[in-house]
Amino acid sequence: MFHVERFNFRSMFNEIYDVIVVGAGHAGSEAAAAAANMGSKTLLVTMNLQNIAQMSCNPAMGGIAKGQIVREIDALGGYSGIVSDTSAIQFKMLNKSKGPAMWSPRVQSDRMRFAEDWRLLLEKTPNLDFYQDMVSGLLIENGRVAGVKTSLGVDIKSKSVVLTNGTFLNGLIHIGDKNFGGGRAGEKAATGITEQLVSLGFDAGRMKTGTPPRVDGRSLDYSKMIEQPGDDKPEKFSYLDITKPLQVQKSCHMTYTSELVHDLLREGFDRSPMFNGRIKSLGPRYCPSIEDKINRFADKDRHQLFVEPEGWNTVEVYVNGFSTSLPEDVQFKALRSVVGFENVKFFRPGYAIEYDYFPPTQLKHTLETKLVEGLYFAGQINGTTGYEEAASQGLMAGINASLKVQEKEAFVLKRDEAYIGVLIDDLITKGTEEPYRMFTSRAEYRTLLRQDNADLRLTPKGFEIGLASEKRLRRMEQKHSEAEKFVEFFATTSVKPEEANPVLESKESSLIKQSDKMFKIFSRPNITIDDMRKFDAVEDYIRENDLDDEVIEQAEIQVKYSGYISKEKNNADKLSRLEYVKIPDNFDYSQIKSMSFEAREKLKKVQPVTVSQASRISGVSPNDISVLLVYMGR
Amino acid sequence: MILQDTIVALATPSGAGAIAVIRLSGPDAIHFADKQFKSVSGKLLAKQKTHTIHLGHIMDGNKTIDEVLVSVFKNPNSYTGEDVVEISCHGSKYIQQEIIQLFLRNGCRMATAGEFTLRAFLNGKLDLSQAEAVADLITSDNEASHQIAMQQMRGGFSSEIAKLREELLNFASLIELELDFAEEDVEFADRTKFKDLVERISFVLKRLIDSFAVGNVIKNGIPVAIVGEPNVGKSTLLNALLNEERAIVSEIAGTTRDTVEDEISIGGMGFRFIDTAGIRETQDVVESIGIKKTFEKIDQAQVVIYLFDSTQFKTLGPQFKVELEKIKNKYPQKPLIIIANKIDKLNEKDISNLKSQISNLELLSAKTGIGVEELKDKLLSFVNTGSLRNNDTIITNSRHYDSLLKALDEIQKVKHGLESGLSGDLLAIDIRQALYHFGEITGEITNDDLLGNIFANFCIGK
Repeated sequence: MFHVERFNFRSMFNEIYDVIVVGAGHAGSEAAAAAANMGSKTLLVTMNLQNIAQMSCNPAMGGIAKGQIVREIDALGGYSGIVSDTSAIQFKMLNKSKGPAMWSPRVQSDRMRFAEDWRLLLEKTPNLDFYQDMVSGLLIENGRVAGVKTSLGVDIKSKSVVLTNGTFLNGLIHIGDKNFGGGRAGEKAATGITEQLVSLGFDAGRMKTGTPPRVDGRSLDYSKMIEQPGDDKPEKFSYLDITKPLQVQKSCHMTYTSELVHDLLREGFDRSPMFNGRIKSLGPRYCPSIEDKINRFADKDRHQLFVEPEGWNTVEVYVNGFSTSLPEDVQFKALRSVVGFENVKFFRPGYAIEYDYFPPTQLKHTLETKLVEGLYFAGQINGTTGYEEAASQGLMAGINASLKVQEKEAFVLKRDEAYIGVLIDDLITKGTEEPYRMFTSRAEYRTLLRQDNADLRLTPKGFEIGLASEKRLRRMEQKHSEAEKFVEFFATTSVKPEEANPVLESKESSLIKQSDKMFKIFSRPNITIDDMRKFDAVEDYIRENDLDDEVIEQAEIQVKYSGYISKEKNNADKLSRLEYVKIPDNFDYSQIKSMSFEAREKLKKVQPVTVSQASRISGVSPNDISVLLVYMGR
Repeated sequence: MILQDTIVALATPSGAGAIAVIRLSGPDAIHFADKQFKSVSGKLLAKQKTHTIHLGHIMDGNKTIDEVLVSVFKNPNSYTGEDVVEISCHGSKYIQQEIIQLFLRNGCRMATAGEFTLRAFLNGKLDLSQAEAVADLITSDNEASHQIAMQQMRGGFSSEIAKLREELLNFASLIELELDFAEEDVEFADRTKFKDLVERISFVLKRLIDSFAVGNVIKNGIPVAIVGEPNVGKSTLLNALLNEERAIVSEIAGTTRDTVEDEISIGGMGFRFIDTAGIRETQDVVESIGIKKTFEKIDQAQVVIYLFDSTQFKTLGPQFKVELEKIKNKYPQKPLIIIANKIDKLNEKDISNLKSQISNLELLSAKTGIGVEELKDKLLSFVNTGSLRNNDTIITNSRHYDSLLKALDEIQKVKHGLESGLSGDLLAIDIRQALYHFGEITGEITNDDLLGNIFANFCIGK
């Protein structure tokens, strides 16, 4: 005993962690939670414990394609859905007028509460330790990771490390012609890691992103803007019943820029780091700065601005659509010319930030690096943008680091199973030159990857790897069995013309002459569940079986879109043919002289596991794939 | 699959001819050729420029096998994309064999069927549809099918599909734009314009699909059935068109029991003539089987020729008319050419009598050649080759045909979807499938294309 005490006295970290997570943003928090919840002894190291799970940009979670990812994270047993629910101030189901694959949940968040709820959840998570320090390097032994070194000179041992450094690696903040090191406004940049990784043989690159000014809500005239309230019937992200839909919501507002605003912004272009060449790295095309927008789309005389509250109680307001790195005086003058902003007071100006990333083709599907065993990358370090993209990678890296330490099989999601699968496959197969954001159009089988069935798709998998709770699994099973029974009810129950026709007439749908199955009527394009509920039998069934909204929605989707869903399933099966043609490890592409040089180089770099993955690599043509198939003996 | 070895094969048809070409392809083609070839000027092929021709001798040790011309093509500027040597030798079978054997003994491997083209494909010299066209080109034996194969090999067909695909891709991008950027201030897809586009695409697809029938005919020849009484001169007519003795000709009626086919190129078009045993009512078992076969052949034919012996018209005229009616009733849609043969044996009066009794009659003497040219013109008039002559695309490949049919099916679904106001994400399923089928013919569809399109052209904010 004496021995052990002396040892403890000597070192703060005398044990070997299973997983060390570096960084506590969206990726790091999910990674730490997943690893710890799967039973791995986990340490979360971050430069500032006050800033766990910061929303560095807009105060919102979800949106088109992103909302689906949050649902997937929740279905697997991650925390992002729960925290998004508890910190929400407004809920919207976007794209509700389109097919169910497009329905996308989004919340406006209370920025401070979001971070607080995350931290409290993490503190309640077993197996998880915290430490505040800057990680300045990795401990490497025999080509595999053995822990981290901190700037205070502490060595912490571990079997695996997940790097989630966000925008902090050699972060450089630009405002006009001024620039200074930093990972976020007011926070120090992290140094050392990039240099070490490059010396180990990693490729590194630079990316850029930006954020708009935050202003004092008391200085705005909302009466001149268009109010944008939340949904009348708000829903939520988590499939668990521990969170509840919002009772009260806060509105956003919308206003527009004008020719005058554009002219004022243009006056500062010569001092813009974007235009004077100081920023060389690429930013996201779909999240352009306001100066980029008026420069590229010069014929547009106005652009939308969304005025988003930052929380229930704070007066701080986020000016979405006005991301800029122009000098603060130019930002201020231009914003003052926006309708409703005549007397605006700034809290913080907008800025651009450049940071290091590592082209993600250097990773395996598990997000483990090919070069260093036990080292995982997640989030912006992989060239992505967005909280949801980061969180889902963190979750997958945390899961896989944990599985590897426990010597269990890796956990990889396929493209027809989850947006998370699409995201990771895109990253490691195609790489990315600009910050990567998820879109529904990136998914070939979008109709299968809906926000309503993420639990059906993923909760059994999450349960199997020991992350999703049994309670979660039972809820999913109950929901889907109830939905199935409800669908069966529509298929077997008839409705008489005298009851059906008034409803049909009101929807300008053709009338029925004799009794018909409810399923057939429900299948008609413009008949909704609300129409069906006008039939007594339906309303009785719902009441007797105490069906909740999720079950009813699920049944509606099953009835109305089953044709499209099964068609998409067929397509997925048909196209996944090449998924089963495996390419041997370390296959020597240089021997295939018949392939284009570019294709050979790309294939050598990415080392695809299947011919299907090879076919998705940019620069690899169908011709190259035919050649590859010939070599694989097909 | 090993591309490291050098292959050899006869590139011209087997059998004797004036000259024959033996082709070598592979990394050692030039080296191997140098070992057996002695240039008259003493040059080494390895030191010669690509695309040059050299006179010399093929030597087996000290023994001269033949005086030859050798063409050198250096990679990648050759048919296969590898080093290629083509040896033009004298066409005797013995010489061909000797030379090929010589190379086989000295490091070459015999090429398997289609291996030169396979290598060209593997080396990226041809895409799939071009490689398929090569096979068509080699087997084309008339001008029209040759023209199509050439066009396809040069990528004409693929590029027409590529054009369609690009238009559809733009369409798809607009749809994706309104799905992924519903919150943005973007201009949404104009449904009326979409309908126009879909109409246009289905019009082109239908034309390509219809061209398959034409293309098939051009590739395989237009089937023409010759029907008539035994011994009316069917075989003689065939011979007159063919200019060679091929069908059995005899004076005994009913000699042609089995149907005989022959292909003749008329005005650049292939015609496949099917000789039949006629349809005379008979008790003879053998002949009645022949009659059944005749009708089967008429079923398959696109044009029917009814041929009768004008010297027998006086006695058998009524029977001819019955048979003609039978054909007209059974095949009202099929072009029918009625020919009176042996008119060299009739006088003016008989001829005008004949003309008055049967309308649209062609007068012919297969023996003397009277009316043969007119018959050829008439046959050509049934073939609509207008589209071909205008350099339009014609589909001859059944794999392409299949993909086009599937693409059209999806496009029709898009059309219905548009008409019933279907949501963009559901429309997109069908659009993606159509793009996939286009891709089966020419290129790939990746979602990157869609995104690239979106960002190149539109203002996206937020």
